[in-house]
Amino acid sequence: MTTPTRGARALKRIPARQRSDSDAVEVALATSGDTHAFERLYRSHVGRIHALTRRMLSPDEADDATQDVFIRAWQKLESFRGESAFGTWLHKIAVNVCLGRRAQLGQARARYHADDAPLETVPHPHTGGALDRVDFETALEQLPDGARQVFVLHDVEGYRHEEIAEMLGTVTGTSKSQLHRARMALRQHLER
Amino acid sequence: MVTEHWTDRLSEYVDGELTRAEQAACEAHLATCAECRAVGEDLLAVAHTAAALPADDPARDLWPGIFSAITPQPKVVPLVRRRPWYASVPGLAAAAAIVAIVSGGSVWLAMRQGPATAAPTSIVVASTTEQPTATVAPAAARAEQTYDAAVADLRKVLDAGRGRLDSTTLRVLERNLATIDSAVADAQRAVASDPNNAYLNAYLARTMRRKVDLLRQAATLARAET
Repeated sequence: MTTPTRGARALKRIPARQRSDSDAVEVALATSGDTHAFERLYRSHVGRIHALTRRMLSPDEADDATQDVFIRAWQKLESFRGESAFGTWLHKIAVNVCLGRRAQLGQARARYHADDAPLETVPHPHTGGALDRVDFETALEQLPDGARQVFVLHDVEGYRHEEIAEMLGTVTGTSKSQLHRARMALRQHLER
Repeated sequence: MVTEHWTDRLSEYVDGELTRAEQAACEAHLATCAECRAVGEDLLAVAHTAAALPADDPARDLWPGIFSAITPQPKVVPLVRRRPWYASVPGLAAAAAIVAIVSGGSVWLAMRQGPATAAPTSIVVASTTEQPTATVAPAAARAEQTYDAAVADLRKVLDAGRGRLDSTTLRVLERNLATIDSAVADAQRAVASDPNNAYLNAYLARTMRRKVDLLRQAATLARAET
């Protein structure tokens, strides 16, 4: 096993939260009411926002949630101070939209996606160590809400446990244990 | 042998979040435990795969919908001020529910009256032709009333055939109905707090339709057993 160092966080990608300042001009134009500039921002960021909503919610809800994210971003554009990258700001709106949608249906959804259900996923025939991306995405969809949200925020989007705990209104210990549950479940796709 | 203590903390080890002392202890254990090493490697592979997941453009262009939502609509004096009932989100939800309910009611009537006398088409026409005159609130209210009536009717059919269904089937049926009832109640509460939320209205209509579908299947099953 490759022994990770204390800086093993390097294994995580620096997410699209840190994008170049090229958005700054478009943001300034969009803030003044230029919908063409906002459309360019949309084109530039929609892929990552859509992936986030799909993974946090479900494929069925992703389109609607993505539209909601950009509509809210437009409405809040004047409050964007440029203290962080536009992508970072947009990402936070997206996370809030996803968490808000989850909260709205709360118990109703939980009944159909029982969070306490055993985290069993279909073992995947091993094909040499690498996970097939499509299978991985499918397995990700099958995770219970809590574990999936933490996994997406931490391992896919690169948020820290402290940030996740704040967003989810929980503690870092819970975030860590949910992440571990999710990884252990997804690991079954590596079973030999 | 997998030592539980370190198995549970291998994600933290992989992420470099253990204290120095913990890391040293974990590494000492890993040096002697092939199984824990394998788990650690897998967790690392999962994290690497997640970090490399690509962005994902939607299958359709979402911009037109966003554009229409952020662009102020020109103020035009309408010929008729009030929108038709079916143009609102609750109206659409009501329409979806009515379609499902009418189809459920048709099946019930067909079963009650027998194949020779059933006339589902005329029922659909009769139900839909009276809708356009309604306003939003009465339409939504009537949809709920129709839904309640259809559910009650299908319930009667199910109750009449209850004795002919085996106990396991009945138990599963009742459990599913209770789950859906609860989901309908939750969705109704959510819609009440945010009446114009398209997602919630669609979800409510879907959940109501699911109940009608389930009852219709159950009624068919009860009838088939006769």
